[in-house]
Amino acid sequence: MSEWRLYEVFVRSKHGLNHKHVGSVHAADNEMAMENARELYTRRNEGVSIWVVPSETITASASDEKEILFDPSEDKVYRHASFYKLPDEVGHM
Amino acid sequence: MYAQMVDTGTKRLKTLEEMSPEERDFQEKVDAETKIEAKNWMPDGYRKTLVRQISQHAHSEIVGMLPEGNWVTRAPTLKRKLQLMAKIQDEAGHGLYLYSAMETLGADRDEEIQKLHDGKAKYSSIFNYPTLNWADMGAVGWLVDGAAIVNQVVLQRTSYGPYSRAMVRICKEESFHQRQGYQILLDMMREGTQEQKDMVQDAINRLWWPALMMFGPHDDESPNSQQSMVWKIKRKSNDELRQMFIDQTIPQLEFLGCTVPDPDLKWNEESGHYDFGEINWKEFYDVLKGDGPCNHERISTRRKAIDEGAWVREAAVAYAAKQKQRAAKAA
Repeated sequence: MSEWRLYEVFVRSKHGLNHKHVGSVHAADNEMAMENARELYTRRNEGVSIWVVPSETITASASDEKEILFDPSEDKVYRHASFYKLPDEVGHM
Repeated sequence: MYAQMVDTGTKRLKTLEEMSPEERDFQEKVDAETKIEAKNWMPDGYRKTLVRQISQHAHSEIVGMLPEGNWVTRAPTLKRKLQLMAKIQDEAGHGLYLYSAMETLGADRDEEIQKLHDGKAKYSSIFNYPTLNWADMGAVGWLVDGAAIVNQVVLQRTSYGPYSRAMVRICKEESFHQRQGYQILLDMMREGTQEQKDMVQDAINRLWWPALMMFGPHDDESPNSQQSMVWKIKRKSNDELRQMFIDQTIPQLEFLGCTVPDPDLKWNEESGHYDFGEINWKEFYDVLKGDGPCNHERISTRRKAIDEGAWVREAAVAYAAKQKQRAAKAA
């Protein structure tokens, strides 16, 4: 099975929701990846749509890049609505 | 438990002071219940232990299809046959979730399966017992899947993210297995002939002790448990899990109107648990070593499946290559 490609599987559980990563499958081609994903991840109405993506085509952030990537957003509190205090009289905004 | 006696390669636990900075970071993360993910740094022993445990768990799911496959063509009704096939397909699915989780650690699926076929990798001792009558399908679902659930519910909190997520998925599906098993027995006890009721008792008599063995040796005989608990791969000890299983199973057994083959089993008012007799550990180690009633048959069935399916896998690859070539030509 090593010569079969690894695919990552994403399932949309309901109309209106995003596809979410659920796991992976091995397959000889895209079509088989779809069939295998269907059998493996949606045997009980878990989804209405499936994406299969060859794992090697995914670019992922590395865990040691966490600070470089995500720390800058931590010191920008003014990007959150809660930063702006309004008088009660203004009501809901 | 679906993984028994998983070797951690550890003789003695390290203190935080003895650890390298990376190791200490890792342990502190584990202690804080932060899940470890595939790309995070982890001690070599942690990685190896997980590969051993998850592959053993996966092999158990796959080999576990065989005792039940024995009854697909002989299920008493079409309804029971469909239920049994759905359960068996789930087991295949569980094996695949687990192999995928194992692969995130850099292990190769084919290599690990080869180890199973060479007798170098273990799978749960329980699947080396035969399924002799239809009631065994009920008893396996109720007791064997029941024991697996006790173990797996706790493993949902295991420290390695991909393993934990596979467990969540598996647990969702597993309670169908246990209920369908119990219902088989309930039907036989309520509506069956005397002969059918005897079958139920016979199945329980044969499978009770092997089900208790699934949890592995006593805590003090289980040197690897300690390390696995510190790494939070394991969350509860073998004896704790076994006791939980017995406590929840005996009332169900009494409702069926059956007994277990243990004269020492009785409710202990003081401890609030059931007391029970000693497991035949020689039998456990013999089965684990390969001398159970069905070890040889199980592995040769697996080997045969892989060997005789080789042409299908090769054809799939050839077909994919041809389709790709055609698409390239057409473009």
